[in-house]
Amino acid sequence: MAEHETHAGTEAPGGAHEGGGAFPPFDTTHFASQLVWLAITFGLLYLMMSKIALPRVGGILKDRSTKISGDLEAAKAAQAKAEAARADQDKALADARAKAQAMGQATHQQLAAEADAKRKALESELNAKLAAADAQISDMKTKAMANVESIAKDAAAAIVQQITGKAADPQKIAAAIGEAAKG
Amino acid sequence: MAEEQTIDPIHQFNINRIFDLHVGGVDASFTNASLFMLIIFVAITALMVLGTSGRHIVPTRLQAAAEMAYEFVASTVRDTAGTAGMRFFPFVFSLFMFVLFSNLIGLIPGAFTVTSQIVVTFAFSALIIGLVLVYGFWKHGAHFLHLFVPSGVTPALLPFIVLIEIISFAARPITLSVRLFANMLAGHITLKVFGGFVAMLLGAGVSAVIFPLPLIAIILLFALELLVAVLQAYVFAILTCVYLNDAIHPGH
Repeated sequence: MAEHETHAGTEAPGGAHEGGGAFPPFDTTHFASQLVWLAITFGLLYLMMSKIALPRVGGILKDRSTKISGDLEAAKAAQAKAEAARADQDKALADARAKAQAMGQATHQQLAAEADAKRKALESELNAKLAAADAQISDMKTKAMANVESIAKDAAAAIVQQITGKAADPQKIAAAIGEAAKG
Repeated sequence: MAEEQTIDPIHQFNINRIFDLHVGGVDASFTNASLFMLIIFVAITALMVLGTSGRHIVPTRLQAAAEMAYEFVASTVRDTAGTAGMRFFPFVFSLFMFVLFSNLIGLIPGAFTVTSQIVVTFAFSALIIGLVLVYGFWKHGAHFLHLFVPSGVTPALLPFIVLIEIISFAARPITLSVRLFANMLAGHITLKVFGGFVAMLLGAGVSAVIFPLPLIAIILLFALELLVAVLQAYVFAILTCVYLNDAIHPGH
């Protein structure tokens, strides 16, 4: 009975299999229920996939790729920032070094000028003192010489009076002493 | 007789009613086939909906599997049917996952293989070809018929070529359904037969010493069947894409 209802291809397996009825895959008695349940399950599956699962997975994949590219961008920006900061620091360092050098030079020059001025002042002071001392010496010398002259006059007058017995001419003595002092 | 029962390789394809159900004169009884269709649906939904519910940036294992399936099918559709084919992506994805899960769950010993039923594979093929026809005529109108008229053919040969094109188009639902059905059927029968050999040899006295031979064969066959299960699901999906591509771009 079943063999007549089923497909043309059933004779061989159906016949070889004794007493078991039609070859099950070609047995039409269950076709309707299989189709009904296939429609139900596949329809539900299609709905689940197209409405929930696939948009969600697509969203996840998109989110991930945007996150990755965003992170890469952020990393690049951070790197650029670090580079700029490094350049800034280098510049600041160079500036500071130049400034320090300039300051050192200025201080050095100022100190040298100050020292020079002090030295000059000291030198001039010393020179003035030296000059004063020289003047005093020569003054004292002339004074002493003057004393020597008067002593020599007195002595010469006394000697001349002793030898000659008469007072010597003071004019001549003075001239003679002046000559001797020159000699 | 009892021994023959143990190696009956057809028994696994039997459909057993779990409870009767008739809706408006249509037999909608819940059978073991219905049960396994529900299991497939639940398994795919668990993977694709529950597995991705965390929406992790760094995926969990289940989410990674769901993403892999998504990207695999998406790239298959995009490579075969172009970006315009992506409107059929949910359909191809559901089809691929249903066939894949059916093939893989069917390999579990004792399980029923939904795709080993010609009515199921034929229903899928009819759905695909129907979709191709409806979409092709809706999108391109009569221009869709250019599918059967390749350009650059000598006018004298044209009638033959058109005839061949029409026959090959008409054969598509049959080849598509029979390929999957026959692969599943043959693989499962072979596994069952070798399994029967092991059982028979163990109960056959002295010859029992050679029972490892069919056992090794069954292990190798199982690996092969695993490959076939995945490959046939992929073939089914990629042929669907190829046929849909004809509907999207009918000119050769």
